[in-house]
Amino acid sequence: MIKVNSPGLQTTVQDFGRIGYYEVGMPPSGVMDKYSYIAGNLLVGNKENAAVLEITYMGPVLEFQQDAVIAVTGGVMQPKINDRPVGMWETLQVKTGDVLSFDFIKQGARVYLAVAGGIDVPLVMDSRATYTLCGIGGYEGRPLQAGDVLKIGTENETDIAVGTRISDHLIPTFSKHHEVRVIVGLCSYRLTEESKERFFSIDWTVTPEANRVGYRFKGERLNFVEREQPFGAGSNPSNVVDLGYPIGSIQVPDGVEPIALLNDAVTGGGYATICTIISTDLDKMAQIKTNDKVRFVAVDINEALEIRKEYQNKIQQIKEQIIRQAGGVQNG
Amino acid sequence: MSRYEYGGDEFIFVELSEAMSLEINFQAMAITRTLREEKVPGILDICPSNASYMVRFNPEVIHPDTLIAKLKELEEEVSLENFEITARAVDVPILFEDPWTHEALMRFRDRHQDPSSTDLEYVARTNGFQSKEELIKAITDSPYLVSMIGFVPGLPWCYQMVPNEQQIEAPKYVRPRTFTPERAFGFGGAFAVIYPVQGAGGYQLFGTAAAPIFEKEQRLYDFKESMTFPRQGDVFRYRSISMDEYEDIRKQVENGEFRYLTKDITFKPQDVLENPKAFSESVLRRLYA
Repeated sequence: MIKVNSPGLQTTVQDFGRIGYYEVGMPPSGVMDKYSYIAGNLLVGNKENAAVLEITYMGPVLEFQQDAVIAVTGGVMQPKINDRPVGMWETLQVKTGDVLSFDFIKQGARVYLAVAGGIDVPLVMDSRATYTLCGIGGYEGRPLQAGDVLKIGTENETDIAVGTRISDHLIPTFSKHHEVRVIVGLCSYRLTEESKERFFSIDWTVTPEANRVGYRFKGERLNFVEREQPFGAGSNPSNVVDLGYPIGSIQVPDGVEPIALLNDAVTGGGYATICTIISTDLDKMAQIKTNDKVRFVAVDINEALEIRKEYQNKIQQIKEQIIRQAGGVQNG
Repeated sequence: MSRYEYGGDEFIFVELSEAMSLEINFQAMAITRTLREEKVPGILDICPSNASYMVRFNPEVIHPDTLIAKLKELEEEVSLENFEITARAVDVPILFEDPWTHEALMRFRDRHQDPSSTDLEYVARTNGFQSKEELIKAITDSPYLVSMIGFVPGLPWCYQMVPNEQQIEAPKYVRPRTFTPERAFGFGGAFAVIYPVQGAGGYQLFGTAAAPIFEKEQRLYDFKESMTFPRQGDVFRYRSISMDEYEDIRKQVENGEFRYLTKDITFKPQDVLENPKAFSESVLRRLYA
């Protein structure tokens, strides 16, 4: 069991997400930074869909009521066991009675705590992910609160030696300026050529409205091509006949502030979508903070698939490193 | 001409038409149902929507261009003539001009096209009705096709089964509200909706549904299989009820006894497209028989 002494700003139980229910309006939820999540689970020998804690901006204080193997990945937020700093991206041992806490976030926005066995909460529609808007999944459908007690599950399949570490070149770093790659399309025909061009040539500032539902950006007004609105669309030039929103799609209601829709977002609606963040760069979104600057970069589908391949190669490298280190310990 | 678009590396978005119509919705329904039956490996989600649809896939299993080719083939092949829809006709009780949505809409008058009237008065006027009662009559006289589900879990977009010239149209709020009560009955574009849970929203607010359309506890009979009630293809009849009936239904919901009045129906798009009035009447007769 893990007792929550203090919950941090927003700490939720998450896994890969609730896949296959998008058509009834159920967003996937799940971890925002999948790379850090996968690495964390690999470092503690978990099955790939084991649930972890997603920690936002400010860390929780957790008291372990049993021995456990853990790993902390994601943005840079110094973890401490009984006030002694320990490494991130590394397999760690905690003993009964140990207290895990965190310093302030130095880089990125979200940190993942993986525990060997996974966080055990009931499956809701095949997933343990928390979706707070409807109050389902995770720990009672909400972020953690002081006094909650988390059970550790049985989702581990390998024992990983304490001290196993991922090498530096596979650990992402995060600055305050970000390049986020998108594929232009969907209803981009609604924007004027000039606005399309402006969208990619200015730095957008992340507003305080930046959470698991979506990120809103400030920059400049974008304009839509004038037209007589098609039947059923509504009167604003940014309106379309209500349609599905891909995860990572960007819309600009009334042309004022672009919104990128993320894991807990609405699945459809009546605003023209103009592009979609590619899947690898959704991980980057997870590590972007209010007031950070974002430059959107257009790629085509082939480039996106190439980037996806590189990303998966990196995950494969992490797997091989961990297996190698585990093998080394066993043999040596 | 349909547009096939990449939604990042995991989605394909297909817009069959920029404008809404029953025919286009049936076409999207037919394509997505056929796609579902074919169980194409690598497809994660199939999301039919009003005049478009969306597919989520794993590009390691199926290349996006292979999928697009497949979808184009389906668009060619699928014909509405042999497409049969099995769905439910449902009686959906609505309390119009209820105190809860009234309070909510009054709070956001500064975000509305016409701060000096209510949403119902405004839409009645812009659609050429003499009174709000006439608008309520038009909304409740003919049933609606559930043309899309989404936004939040279970929200049904409903498109009325009447000829185009009788369609009601309403703009969305100038700026969306930050609050909409649970079960609010709203109207935006050409669509009637029920908000499953409390939250933001931009549709004009006309009333409140007495029964839930989303129930996470899954206590009620209609929610045993799924937390969400509406299914695409269902035919909803919005029925205006009194405060007494509203309170009675609320009691049944709280006791766990409420059950929607439904009838299973089978129909062809042609039945609706050729004579929407006759189709509506026959559905209502069957529902209340």
